[in-house]
Amino acid sequence: MGEEIVIHAEELTKTFGTFTAVDHISFDVRQGEVFGFLGANGAGKTTAMRMLCGLSKPTSGIGTVAGYDIVRQSEKIKRNIGYMSQKFSLYEDLRVWENIRLYAGIYGMRDREIADKTDALLERLHFTRERNTMVRSLPLGWKQKLAFSVSIFHDPAIVFLDEPTGGVDPYTRRQFWEMIYEAADRGITVFVTTHYMDEAEYCDRVSIMVDGCIEVLDTPRNLKERFEARSMDEVFHSLARKAKRTE
Amino acid sequence: MNAVTVENITKRYGDTVALNGVSFEVGTGELFGIIGPDGAGKTSLFRIIATLILADSGTANILGFDVVQDYKELRKRIGYMPGRFSLYQDLTVEENLSFFASVFGTTPEENYHLVEGIYKFLEPFKKRRAGKLSGGMKQKLALCCALIHKPDILYLDEPTTGVDPVSRKEFWEMLKQLQQEGITIIVSTPYMDEANLCDRIALIKEGRFMQIDTPQRIREGYSAPLWVVQTDRMHRLLGDVRAFGGVEYGYAFGEAHHFIAGEGFDPEGLKTYLRGLGHGNIVLHRGEATIEDCYMLLAKQ
Repeated sequence: MGEEIVIHAEELTKTFGTFTAVDHISFDVRQGEVFGFLGANGAGKTTAMRMLCGLSKPTSGIGTVAGYDIVRQSEKIKRNIGYMSQKFSLYEDLRVWENIRLYAGIYGMRDREIADKTDALLERLHFTRERNTMVRSLPLGWKQKLAFSVSIFHDPAIVFLDEPTGGVDPYTRRQFWEMIYEAADRGITVFVTTHYMDEAEYCDRVSIMVDGCIEVLDTPRNLKERFEARSMDEVFHSLARKAKRTE
Repeated sequence: MNAVTVENITKRYGDTVALNGVSFEVGTGELFGIIGPDGAGKTSLFRIIATLILADSGTANILGFDVVQDYKELRKRIGYMPGRFSLYQDLTVEENLSFFASVFGTTPEENYHLVEGIYKFLEPFKKRRAGKLSGGMKQKLALCCALIHKPDILYLDEPTTGVDPVSRKEFWEMLKQLQQEGITIIVSTPYMDEANLCDRIALIKEGRFMQIDTPQRIREGYSAPLWVVQTDRMHRLLGDVRAFGGVEYGYAFGEAHHFIAGEGFDPEGLKTYLRGLGHGNIVLHRGEATIEDCYMLLAKQ
């Protein structure tokens, strides 16, 4: 993990009418870090993530991602990050290679580079035989591995993962996390949300949002000590119970 | 009496075998879990016992009704919550509930007591369109809609996927209450802590039920030598442990790593080896298998 700060949020706030979805959150993420962004459904995680990705403008506060301002340089941010969500990532009606080609093209990669990297990627994933398979007919776990690989295909500085392992069985989830570690070892910063508390343990640091605020931010080890909890699951329950917001 | 008797069900889609000779029974009032990876055949099984698709061979009797001959009678008695969000996105919360009640010739008022505990969370949002609800709220509404005709048996296909730990806990408390009402429940889940809350579970892999038993007996049946290891360099530890002689299978497990040791495994040797690689604060001891360990072993085989 480097010392360089690649995500910086300062008093970041987003309101919709009278509703404050994200309420003055401040934090830093270092280069190469695996940062877990936790919270109950409706706590404000997705809204915060959308602001960091340059998809939504904050009502107030400032933020920089990969060195770019999230308000004034949002297009630059989009070029320098990867994004994967459980809900939408790949085009079901395109073949495996077509999805890779499409995303790599969007990120402005050159044809030669795409071709070479596609072969290497499919080999690494043991997907060579699936090159021409429609994404629709891949098992969920495979889709997610492919979607993650596609999201970092252009070697972004940071990858944002929104519940990447939702609905995936324990075995496949672990394979997925080994891919996350590999990316982090290559220097890619990983910003990830999850509802699996064992995955929270795999993060270098985690924050937990409650009702739009970041309630705690620390290493899993320190959080467990502070809450006298045996697991992150216990930490989460003792914090989320305080929530007043009903989603 | 058994609520469910499934015998030798097989289902193919072209060359793909989705279910391969599945047989099991579920007792009346039982909470039965189906645990397995995506693509293992769970959804096909639900659809067969919900009378929505036909098996290629085998029989299924639910509540004394045959899924093929008596499907009309049976449908009145089944509540089914599919894995994908199944509600009408453009209808409001209360419109969805009224719609599903009317399909079964009843009204939300008639069986309100069944859904009351869940619906009270939704009441403040009853005029909101279902498509605008958050994940946890959608699940609660879907459960209400599956219950509103007072079914005798409830099928839940991954009801808590994408739901946060607190809402999941609430959801399972509701299931336990429904069980108290005498409703038989079959539920699939990728969460192993939920598997522990079932009376019995089936571990499914590639269209076959590998094991059916109580969670406790499945845990007790784990016979591999399981070890738990922790150091101050967890990130690197997994690769280092896997490379050590006698370690057959290692994987991350929350704050520690678990591994299965083979013949000739030397625990003191492992500690010395790890120290040599720069690991400190080494904790190494035998572990007791959880359901997740049982699953991990099964998945590898």
